[in-house]
Amino acid sequence: MSEAERESMSFDVVIVGGGPAGLAAAIRLRQLSPQTSVCLIEKGSEIGAHIVSGAVIEPRALSELLPDWKERGAPLNTPVATEDMLFLTETRSFRVPALDKFMPHMANHGNYIVSLGEVCRWLASQAEELGVEIYPGFAASEVLIENNRVVGVATGDMGITRDGKQGPNYQPGMELRATYTLFAEGCRGSLTKQVMQHYDLRKGVDPQTYGLGIKEVWEVPPEKHRPGLVQHSFGWPMDDNTYGGAWLYHFGENLVSYGFVIGLDYSNTWLSPFDEMQRVKQHPAFRKHLEGGRRISYGARALSEGGLQAIPRLTFPGGALTGDSAGFLNVPKIKGTHTAMKSGMLAAEALVDAMSTERVEPASYVQLIKESWLWDELKSVRNIRPAFARFGMKKGAVYSAIDAMLLKGRAPWTLHFRHQDNEELLAASLCEKPAYPKPDGKLTFDRLSSVFLSNTNHEEDQPVHLRVKNQGLWRTVNWDVFHSPESRYCPAGVYEVVNETSEPALHINAQNCVHCKTCDIKDPAQNIDWTVPEGSGGPNYPAGM
Amino acid sequence: MKIVVPIKRVVDYNIKPRVKPDGSGVETTGVKMSMNPFDEIAVEEAVRLKEKGVATEVVVVSVGVQQAQDTLRTAMAMGADRAVLVLSEESPEPLAVAKVLKVIVAKEDPGLVILGKQAIDDDMNATGQMLAGLLGWGQGTFAGNVEVADGKVKVSREIDGGTEDVSLVLPAIVTADLRLNEPRYASLPNIMKAKKKPLETLNVADLGVDTTRRLTIVSVAEPAERKAGIKVETVSELVEKLRNEAKVI
Ligand SMILES: Cc1cc2nc3c(=O)[nH]c(=O)nc-3n(C[C@H](O)[C@H](O)[C@H](O)COP(=O)(O)OP(=O)(O)OC[C@H]3O[C@@H](n4cnc5c(N)ncnc54)[C@H](O)[C@@H]3O)c2cc1C
Ligand code: SF4
Repeated sequence: MSEAERESMSFDVVIVGGGPAGLAAAIRLRQLSPQTSVCLIEKGSEIGAHIVSGAVIEPRALSELLPDWKERGAPLNTPVATEDMLFLTETRSFRVPALDKFMPHMANHGNYIVSLGEVCRWLASQAEELGVEIYPGFAASEVLIENNRVVGVATGDMGITRDGKQGPNYQPGMELRATYTLFAEGCRGSLTKQVMQHYDLRKGVDPQTYGLGIKEVWEVPPEKHRPGLVQHSFGWPMDDNTYGGAWLYHFGENLVSYGFVIGLDYSNTWLSPFDEMQRVKQHPAFRKHLEGGRRISYGARALSEGGLQAIPRLTFPGGALTGDSAGFLNVPKIKGTHTAMKSGMLAAEALVDAMSTERVEPASYVQLIKESWLWDELKSVRNIRPAFARFGMKKGAVYSAIDAMLLKGRAPWTLHFRHQDNEELLAASLCEKPAYPKPDGKLTFDRLSSVFLSNTNHEEDQPVHLRVKNQGLWRTVNWDVFHSPESRYCPAGVYEVVNETSEPALHINAQNCVHCKTCDIKDPAQNIDWTVPEGSGGPNYPAGM
Repeated sequence: MKIVVPIKRVVDYNIKPRVKPDGSGVETTGVKMSMNPFDEIAVEEAVRLKEKGVATEVVVVSVGVQQAQDTLRTAMAMGADRAVLVLSEESPEPLAVAKVLKVIVAKEDPGLVILGKQAIDDDMNATGQMLAGLLGWGQGTFAGNVEVADGKVKVSREIDGGTEDVSLVLPAIVTADLRLNEPRYASLPNIMKAKKKPLETLNVADLGVDTTRRLTIVSVAEPAERKAGIKVETVSELVEKLRNEAKVI
């Protein structure tokens, strides 16, 4: 691209990403300083189009941001009514008693079951009312750095053909320049990754670890619907060394959110998160809720599981990291919405402060975070996920109960993650192949019919946005050692091995990608780079997701 | 010459439509909506005619709900000069839309009205033809190519097995088919600029048009799911299945 022909526009603040973090930051900025110009861009075709979450959310941050959210019509309509935590064996389930004592982080009194996509759409309408300029359908593809200061981002060019040439509909990208840039790209942000590298923001902190969540939304017959019911499970089908579990929430009008989260530090290269999530539905404890209903949507997204120990330096000259881009997720709770919003709000406060004193780096953000409930919350649960990684699921659960009941999260020690998720896979010859049942087309499905329900689409004639840096490495590492784990962990069937018996090669169906970012995380040699495709490409998750 | 382009806000073409549980229609709440793809082609053609110096102004019109203004803004980001939103219920019937458009045409006095050949939601394929009938203008439907010269418009129509060229005296109606052009992207700078272009809002009631529904939807159902294919072992098995199961021979 020739930079001379790019148009450019200047703002006080540019926010990359329209999830809870970015939108809360935008709203807070205009509340505190109505004359500040704020521009937010979102790669999805509309706000919420790329959001996948459970979601049971804590309204704490929302109530601080917009205390009258109820009157303003926020789509938090299903309060949690009953909840169960189940330990599964292949055919049976055991309810964990006195959940609020043993696993207080799993108790959900006062929380709401929502579609986070809908909540984001509503937050966007609130932000626009306050004068935030929101542009969905544009992906930030480049960080602008001048004199070692981030001075904004550029959107990607449109109409570049598959072989990288300017097509008939070519439109150059645009520079969005800003005094401060906030990265709110969610888990494993593609520009956040570059900023972290450039400013070495991860120096001295634990490696970030991740989970992958795969979700379906079902519409069930009214007589089966129990609005407010929350059910979580652990145990089967995961072995003791694999962190994972399923959720099921009844919400909205006859809707059920069902999904499965697995720690991406799993070691069995034959494991297929997609097939695990399909087979959990066959367990009586889940089957009974879904049978007789129909599946209306499907999606997947990675989440950060490193917790407090993995939070990088949060600021750099010209901006800051917020939300799940920074790793603000309460891992044992699997809740990151309230923390994402809180971090966005505090970043906004820090920016207003920095603007008034014309500071290059909004350094007061770190202080604000450390003094907030967000920090206390992450600190109190910091040892739970690493304990599962270190001691396995059963002993980990015991540890977490002791941590919660006796130590009350104030253990004088901190457990650490030592490895990146991509380093955890074992060679194919050392792993046992799970036998996954065939889909029945009613309760369980195959990948392709699932991806179809994510409404994902990418302009076909564009460069492949999943970049395999070194093709040779795929053959020697991914194929020869691990037997193509990407063709199993990718929940959208993007990666396919062709000519298995003669000259195996990797075929990439990039149009199917649902932007979950797993390949960028789990590829053993870190040889796959997820880059933003042309704006508005990717899933189009409907209401309910 | 002024060109009027009527556009409709429909369920986005990427979305798999879902029938409401009671069978009364297709679910649209919370579903992504965008400009009918054939209307995008119509807007593109009008903008190209303006860029060639044939047209002087492109006015886009939508009859529908308040949110249709987003669709109008997209059209202005593609190059339309201004927009008119006629507020009405969601998705009015083609005849009602044609009657509203007749009033707009009387006000705007365009030389050409370009519409999409049909909307991808109800596939009616009627509004352009009805408007031509109400105005008594010539119509070139399913346009695959459009040329304007000497007070006439030459339209190549996409018909079964080929094309048919017609020449119409202006003012005239053209409806756009898929191959007329490939619409441009609304670029970010142009979307920003389009926020400042004029958008006039009218009320259908004030135009004196009767939009009462004349059609009753009996029921809406999803197409039957395609069954998975099977492999037959022998030719005789194939013949047997075609004769006794598929009953085609
Ligand atoms: C399966 C699953 C279940 C979960 N369940 C819960 C739950 O029950 N309760 C709860 O509180 N939390 C839950 N979470 C966590 C919660 O969803 C996240 O923590 C939260 O969404 C993070 O918000 P965010 O704004 O930081 O990022 P995101 O919500 O990921 O939003 C980031 C946005 O930025 C956009 N974006 C990214 N890169 C770019 C770019 N380069 N240019 C333009 N736009 C870009 C993305 O498209 C996206 O819209 C769950 C997460 C997952 C994956
Ligand atoms: S290609 Fe990568 S980012 Fe896309 S769906 Fe597959 S694993 Fe997720």
